Formats: sequence, structure tokens, C-alpha cells
Amino acid sequence: MERLRRTMMFVPGNNPAMIKDAGIYGADSIMFDLEDSVSLTEKDTARMLVFEALQTVDYGKSELVVRINGLDTEMGKADIYAMVKAGVEVIRLPKTETADDVVETEKVIEEAEKFFGIEVGRTHMMAAIESAEGVLNAPAIAKASDRLIGIALGAEDYVTNMKTHRYPDGAELSFARNMILHGARAAGIAAFDTVYSDVDNTEGFNHEVEIIHELGFDGKSVINPRQIPLVNAIYAPSEKEIRNAKDVLNAIEEAHKKGSGVISLRGKMVDKPVVARAERTMALAKASHLVDEEGNIYAE
Amino acid sequence: MEIKHTALAGTLESSDIQFTLSKGDSGVEINLDSQVEKQFGKQIRKVITDLLAEYGIENVKVRAVDKGALDCTIKARLIAAIQRATDTKNQPNWEVLG
Repeated sequence: MERLRRTMMFVPGNNPAMIKDAGIYGADSIMFDLEDSVSLTEKDTARMLVFEALQTVDYGKSELVVRINGLDTEMGKADIYAMVKAGVEVIRLPKTETADDVVETEKVIEEAEKFFGIEVGRTHMMAAIESAEGVLNAPAIAKASDRLIGIALGAEDYVTNMKTHRYPDGAELSFARNMILHGARAAGIAAFDTVYSDVDNTEGFNHEVEIIHELGFDGKSVINPRQIPLVNAIYAPSEKEIRNAKDVLNAIEEAHKKGSGVISLRGKMVDKPVVARAERTMALAKASHLVDEEGNIYAE
Repeated sequence: MEIKHTALAGTLESSDIQFTLSKGDSGVEINLDSQVEKQFGKQIRKVITDLLAEYGIENVKVRAVDKGALDCTIKARLIAAIQRATDTKNQPNWEVLG
């Protein structure tokens, strides 16, 4: 079953209090940031803080991601070595413009894994796309490495590059979102939407999450724990969707017992994509605590 | 390993600890100011002396102002201060950190 990544919470890498508490909010992924949220003079201290925390603090089931400084900076290589050594699950590349950026970073990750005697390939990657060139190259970026688990839109830099800014209707991000989503889906990896920085505007945030949920994004980057339950609520399936998913999975199980691959349920064909959607619905229902481990709806 | 110059790492915010390392000539001298000195002073000093020993630093003056930092934060801030005081901030010592 594919991992759920509804929320990726950004945590500034040089803030011990936030790093200590990051695991208590139930984010599907936690992204410790060594890049833009850390001032140039504190890059070295943030690196060691995240390095030690990753090896000490229990973050439960959350997937652990670190956004490093790019390899075009003097910090990039040391960031990669430290995070590989600390055993982070995913290294996130900032400002990815081309597939070569991914390939070059992967080389350094592999070098670090060999240096520390760690199994080659253990460290996964994701790429943040934050410019016009990156968006146009999204399909190639998404296929640049088997280590990639996803690509993400970083809208703040992107809208600046596009000579615009954020608008409530999201029209300025429409092309980028669709490119990134298609690039990710064609490569079979996850797609993450950008942050919404007006933390007190719940209505605006919910509107944006509804848009990206409809488009098909796996989830959204969040900058405040308060945004996590809002995303989860929108990604939670309805009772009708859960019942339908259960019917689909029961029907396909019956069909398999009879040795049949394709069946029909209430006059509609049930085939592989329908089953995949039903499985995702049930995974979301479980994560949203709407059903128990066996898939029984709690209200029943 | 020698302290080359005075260096500072960490902040005075909650859950953090701020270290100032400077050259010394009579062993490891620790000046600790902590809100939790009574309960954890001994443990904090042990984290500091153990890590300095791993780096082979024998003479140093350590000023530490603790605001309730976890052990991992104490280690991280001290490592950063050592790296700064020895001009190795982008060349972590993997023999010690490994």
C-alpha cells in the first residue's frame, strides 16, 4: 500500500523547541529545513541540530524529510553527508531546475552512503520545483532517479520568477500545478502542493486545499500545525465513499475466489483502477480514524 | 585538538543552550548557568566533558547558558561551537560523529 502523504509540515532547522515538538501534531511527513528558513550565518548550527535530533527524538510514524542547501552552495555537500549519516528517510532538493540537478545530488548521496557503509539506495529523494524552467522540466525531473518519492511545487519563488504573486483563486499556479502533477503521475511518484502562508486565513486555506485535492495532489505542505487537521478533514472520504470502496473490495475478493478478474458491481465494471481508488479511499478512511483496522465504519 | 579562537553557538530561547568556547590553559573549565541546574546540572556537565574528550580538546573555557535544552540539543550546539572554534564548520569530524 502506498504511503499517505496528506501533510508535510515545515520545521525550521535551527529552532530546538519546534524540532523537539514536531512529532506531536500527526503530520504524515515532517520536513526539517536547512535552507530558506535558516539564516546564512546559522547553516552549520542548524545542520548539527537536525543531525542530532534525527538520531534521538521519536517522531512516531511520520516520514522524515530534510530540505538541504543546494549543491551550488558551500553547505550542500556537508548537509547531504550529515543527513545520510543521521539516517533521514528523504532528502529534499531545493530549487530543482533540471533532471541533472537530481542526478548530481544522487551522486553525492551515493558517495555518502558508501563513505558511511550504508546500503546504497536507502536514502530517498524528493525535488522541489520553484521556477519556470523547473516546471517545464517537471516530467524529466520526476523520472531522473529511482530514489525520488515525489516532487513538490514551491510557489513563493515560482510566482516571483513568473513576475506575479499569489491570488486567492490560484489561477497563477494552475499551469505549474498541472505540470507537476502530470510529471509525478507519469513517473509514479507523489505530488505535493506548496505552502499557504496566511496562517490565520482558514477560509482561504481550505479553498486552496479543496482545489489541490480535486486536482489529485497527494497532499499539501503546511507551515503551522493548525493547518494539519484542516487538510486531513478535506482529504477524509465521505461515508458514502467508504461504503462504496468496501463494496468494491468485497466484490473483487469474491471475484478472485471464483478465479475471475473483472466483475461488475451495481451495473458498473470494477477493474484495476477502480480497485486502486477503493484501496486509497480505505487507507484515507483509516488514517482519518473513520474505520477500524478491519475497515468497519466506527458509527456502525 | 586546539581551540583556535573564541566561538559561540546556540541561542537564549526556550529549549536551547548557548555555548561560548574560548582558549584555556588549565584543562576543561565549565561555567554553567541553567534553569535546571539542581536536577540536571551533573548530566549537562557530563555531556559537555564527554564530547570535548571525544574531540580531544584538553584545554578550553566553556561558558554554557541553558534554557532547558534536551541532551541532543546540548550535543548539537557544542559540536557547532567546536567546529566554529576550530574553523571546521563545513567539515564535520565523522570519526567523532560516527
